Amino acid sequence: MIKTDVVIIGAGPTGLFCAHQLGIIGLKCEIVDNLDKIGGQCIELYPDKPIYDIPAVPKCTGEELTNNLIEQIKPFNFNFHLSDRVQELKNENNKWLVKTLNGKEFETPNIVIAGGVGSFEPRKFPTKSAEKYDGKSVLYSIKDKTIFTDKSVVIFGGGDSALDWAIELSNSSKVTLVHRRDEFRGAPASVQKIKELSDNKTIDLITKYSIKDVKGNGSLESVEIKSETGESKVIKADYVLGFFGLIMQLGPIAEWGLNLDKKTIPVNTENFETNKKGIFAIGDICTYPGKLKLILSGFHEGALAARGCFKYARPDEKYRFEFTTASSTIKDRLGVKE
Amino acid sequence: MAKIKYIEFNGTEHEADVANGLSVMEGAIQNDIPGIDADCGGGMSCATCHVYINDDEWFRKLPEKEMGEDDMLDQAFEPKSNSRLSCQLIVSDDLDGLTVHMPEKQV
Repeated sequence: MIKTDVVIIGAGPTGLFCAHQLGIIGLKCEIVDNLDKIGGQCIELYPDKPIYDIPAVPKCTGEELTNNLIEQIKPFNFNFHLSDRVQELKNENNKWLVKTLNGKEFETPNIVIAGGVGSFEPRKFPTKSAEKYDGKSVLYSIKDKTIFTDKSVVIFGGGDSALDWAIELSNSSKVTLVHRRDEFRGAPASVQKIKELSDNKTIDLITKYSIKDVKGNGSLESVEIKSETGESKVIKADYVLGFFGLIMQLGPIAEWGLNLDKKTIPVNTENFETNKKGIFAIGDICTYPGKLKLILSGFHEGALAARGCFKYARPDEKYRFEFTTASSTIKDRLGVKE
Repeated sequence: MAKIKYIEFNGTEHEADVANGLSVMEGAIQNDIPGIDADCGGGMSCATCHVYINDDEWFRKLPEKEMGEDDMLDQAFEPKSNSRLSCQLIVSDDLDGLTVHMPEKQV
């Protein structure tokens, strides 16, 4: 059981800056994120796309923004719990007991939900029949590639994951790559390689088809694919892999008794607290009159939520507003030597 | 201003007058029309405002897809050759009478 002042759910820019603000006012926090890396949507959806509306930063990419935020909170040595998801919240004696999917437990007076639009999960096949093989022979990520040796593997998708795995597995498996159109969004070098492998018949490349059905009797035997013009084909398959990118799901957050407005959490704009005492929501996931889904709004929300957390984390102390330019206490916290 | 018809997967029809300059996605969100999620808020970085343009003539008449839209559509739920991201369809008088069909789901 880890005791802390605040658990932040989500390591996107909003969660990171809130952590910074907590550090500045002398609170500790632990940060949990479902992704295997820090940065949230900035790193997962647009690491290379320039952002032009960060105040005083004319232009930076999602990756640069993330790296700068990580640098900014370094002095505080906060712990990150990546590839993990907060699953369960329980209130006991005004403390929140937090449990994660990987079995970690926290005790904290405050939770800050900076969860964006929810946690990233792979998009799955739309076909119902694929569900019963999910995790066994229908897969959306690969942990152990040796299971595919000498097997028939049908890969769906047109991005880098689909192409890279088709290339990699073509050495040891019978690979068929299926994509819904002729163009691929993967790196040009990978697209070139796929075309070569297809030309010399190392892999089967089928475009303008998508999945129709998976078939088997206990174990997976084949996959049926369809074109938009109504043709269909059946391909022998021991494994079917789908790489359609990630979607965002609200997940367990919906089950914590918070007021919800569609996929967002209403908050008050004084301290961004939700209808539950000690649970705050900031960034894309919160809503209030006039809400803008901008990173700069998330920063502001995080700063105010941090002050809201202070009240519950240090009930016997009075919060005192200080500037980073002037306060020697803050400079100590930042490890600044003058 | 354009009158846009949104048809849910179950056949329910909605009509909205959408001001020029807004996107077809924003027209749906501002009028509380279900079936379009728009998780990223119009940044072409998710694929949850996906619609089908079933009328061929309308599909051809729409502004062409910009770079990246088809890449995002690869990641949508059941994309087809008449798929578009409704955040990329900017309303003008020319779009008056457009009908978009929503997929079974967005995520």
